Amino acid sequence: MDWLTTVDHKKIGILYFAAGGFFFIVGGIEALLIRLQLMFPMGANGESWFLTGQTYNEIMTMHGTTMIFLAAMPLIFGLMNAVVPLQIGARDVAFPFLNSLGFWTFFFGGVLLNISWFTGTVPDIGWTAYAPLSGSEFSGTGSDYYAIGLQIAGIGTLVGGINFLVTIINMRAPGMTFMRMPLFTWTVFITSGIILFAFPALAVGLIYITFDRLFDANFFVTATGGNAVLWEHIFWIFGHPEVYILILPAFGAISEILPTFARKRLFGYSSMVFATALIGFLSFMVWAHHMFTVGMGDIANALFGVATMLIAIPTGIKVFNWLFTIWGGKIQFTTAMLYATSFIPTFVMGGVTGVMLAIPPADFQFHDSYFVVAHFHYVIVGGIVLSLLAAVYYWWPKMFGRMLNETLGKWSFWLFFSGFHLTFFIQHFLGLWGMPRRVFTYLPNQGWDTANFVSTIGAFFMAAGVIVILLNVIISIKGPKAPADPWDGRTLEWSIASPSPEYNFKQLPLVRGLDAFWLEKMDGKKEMTPAEPLGPIHMPSASILPFFMSLGLFIAGFGFMYRGYEFDSAFINNLFGNNIIAICGLAITLVCMFLRSVYDDHGYHIEVEELQKEG
Amino acid sequence: MSHAEAHLDKLPPEPEKATLEGRNKVLGFWLFLGGETVLFGTLFATFIALRNSTLDGPSGVELFSLSITAIATFILLTSSLTSVFAIQAMHHKNIKNMLIWLGVTVVLGLGFLGLEIFEFWEYVNHESFGFTTSAFSSSFYALVGFHGAHVALGVLWISLLMIQIKKKGLTTVTAPKIYVASLYWHFIDVVWVFIFTIVYLMGKVG
Ligand code: HEM
Ligand SMILES: [Cu+2]
Repeated sequence: MDWLTTVDHKKIGILYFAAGGFFFIVGGIEALLIRLQLMFPMGANGESWFLTGQTYNEIMTMHGTTMIFLAAMPLIFGLMNAVVPLQIGARDVAFPFLNSLGFWTFFFGGVLLNISWFTGTVPDIGWTAYAPLSGSEFSGTGSDYYAIGLQIAGIGTLVGGINFLVTIINMRAPGMTFMRMPLFTWTVFITSGIILFAFPALAVGLIYITFDRLFDANFFVTATGGNAVLWEHIFWIFGHPEVYILILPAFGAISEILPTFARKRLFGYSSMVFATALIGFLSFMVWAHHMFTVGMGDIANALFGVATMLIAIPTGIKVFNWLFTIWGGKIQFTTAMLYATSFIPTFVMGGVTGVMLAIPPADFQFHDSYFVVAHFHYVIVGGIVLSLLAAVYYWWPKMFGRMLNETLGKWSFWLFFSGFHLTFFIQHFLGLWGMPRRVFTYLPNQGWDTANFVSTIGAFFMAAGVIVILLNVIISIKGPKAPADPWDGRTLEWSIASPSPEYNFKQLPLVRGLDAFWLEKMDGKKEMTPAEPLGPIHMPSASILPFFMSLGLFIAGFGFMYRGYEFDSAFINNLFGNNIIAICGLAITLVCMFLRSVYDDHGYHIEVEELQKEG
Repeated sequence: MSHAEAHLDKLPPEPEKATLEGRNKVLGFWLFLGGETVLFGTLFATFIALRNSTLDGPSGVELFSLSITAIATFILLTSSLTSVFAIQAMHHKNIKNMLIWLGVTVVLGLGFLGLEIFEFWEYVNHESFGFTTSAFSSSFYALVGFHGAHVALGVLWISLLMIQIKKKGLTTVTAPKIYVASLYWHFIDVVWVFIFTIVYLMGKVG
């Protein structure tokens, strides 16, 4: 029950981790199925050895959608929740209630999407849902699951983005100026800004798909004057910023872990901040590099190509700063550091193929081939997932108060890392040899057989790596208790107990510079200097309303999806056909909103005596 | 009554920004409006892309009546002014005037909605211009209807807030709510100015 009603950012962070981790496993199983199918070419009579084309399309679609929206996003949100308030010396986020709402809408959106497996109408349109494939002429209810599930999950993301922007602007501890913020917090700040300006575009696009499909609108329907390319613009105007939403916090985590384990301050802090902001800005200027082959014309292609290449400059700044950070440091190769250092070359490889793809005439060759698949897996898995795993090993003690096992950690690293390169490096060549992406099988003896086989073997290494991580997590439940500052850290989160108490800081800390805790330690102190006298701490009360608000949206989603459906029972037909289910769902949400507005949440206080008792 | 007045005296001059919660709310709402801008921006872009795809249905030149929309514009812009008066009354801690101005704002909002519903009703029933007629019609109803839904929500929201103020008085908890609602109302007005220009004026020119 506690978990359903909590508004504590640390617990919400754990919820995000649990849900995101679960969907990561689901997406991973889907990935294995994809690779299994591609392990062997088609038989002599053209028969597929494992999956049908339809099933393959469903698995491929759900894999991409799940990994981006239901695994990477929530894991990053989990990290943001677990770390940012602690890093800026705050007691909570600006809007604890909305924080919980954000989690539950994401969760119910994800559940809705995955229920399609049980109703047998799975999205089969790719994670990009291009029109007219996603229209009612060419695809079934699966596309509704896609549009409505992502719509609901997207609300949560938007709410979360606003929450973190306000938290970082308004809730920093005394003395923590913007240019003293840890880099992870900076990247979360910029990422939240990108979320704010990118997600509404997706929301509108998904509404159009829904209207086209359920209410016979004509946005993307060419026969009635609509424009299918419009969807591509809307999707990628969201979609390219989305990839930077994911990678910036990953950059941030790397920028925390490298200095800690190289025992040097981050090289070029202000240029890192500048580069982050610049990447955030440029991410909105390049979306059409996904559309070079659509026929936008040479001038548009050239402009978007050049704009895309510009991103390499701030990214290069970052890479060199990381290298200079570890240069000459006293490096400790903990598991977190292994992941973090291996991130650098791996991500650079993905960035280089990105610049290659940004050359329009070359992209005409690469487009929709396995070369693109290799590119984005190098940036997403080699970039985002490696740094997320680094971050998990790094902040796990703070989140859960237990240490992860280092030996198992290193096993997981080597399995995952070698598996990753085994899987995806060869795919660059598969692409150059002409293998198209998103096709469920291929003719034998075109020179692709061995490469595909090798790639699948790699996938199993990665799966083994993930299993070792899971094992490590399970063992850690009984593992050694974590000290407050296990890595000799530099930032504020390490100045309080692991796991941190629900109010985080008994007294708000006084920040005297960058790497606030490190400064104090260098002055021979063990704790931060408090910026306020000990006093009662105000806490927000828990609430079940966010759960029900999201549940209402979830129910309404089903109501809309099945309004035109023929059920066997006349009664059920009535319920859906007359929008009764949809209206009931929306009513639940609205009533909860009303209750929230009318009943003030006065919260409660933790008194001084209690604080002193806890020591 | 004297108790309530004593309480009002203690209220700081800008009660909406007196607490951290209040400041968070106001800032968060500004940011939310930034997101809304992208939302409407996408709707506008779609409309501009599809406005000439009228197929066999009527076009903007045939449909739009500038006199009705001009009146609607006038009403909505006036309501923005009255919501400013409401905030001024709030800063003078004059609850009665604040409620009156909020009430006027709501009535004007309802007037605007009435005109819009009348307009849509005419289109659907006398001009055979429905949501599904053409790509132009879909994008028109999506943009203008989405704005209309915002107005309706605003009317509902401000009315609820008025009841709350009656019950709870003006406090550092209710003041940010009023302030934020007025921000929302201004935003809706600004969007309408763009709709008037891009949809109706440009539509009338052809
Ligand atoms: C930083 C993290 C990055 C991520 C997460 C990422 C992700 C992706 C994804 C998911 C796609 C394929 C989308 C699809 O068609 O389904 C893609 C394609 C592409 N990326 Fe990246 N990318 C990143 C960085 C870059 C960089 C740095 C560049 C260039 C400097 C770049 C240039 C491109 C281009 C041009 C394509 C289109 C290729 C085509 O479809 O023909 N990307 N990227
Ligand atoms: Cu892109």
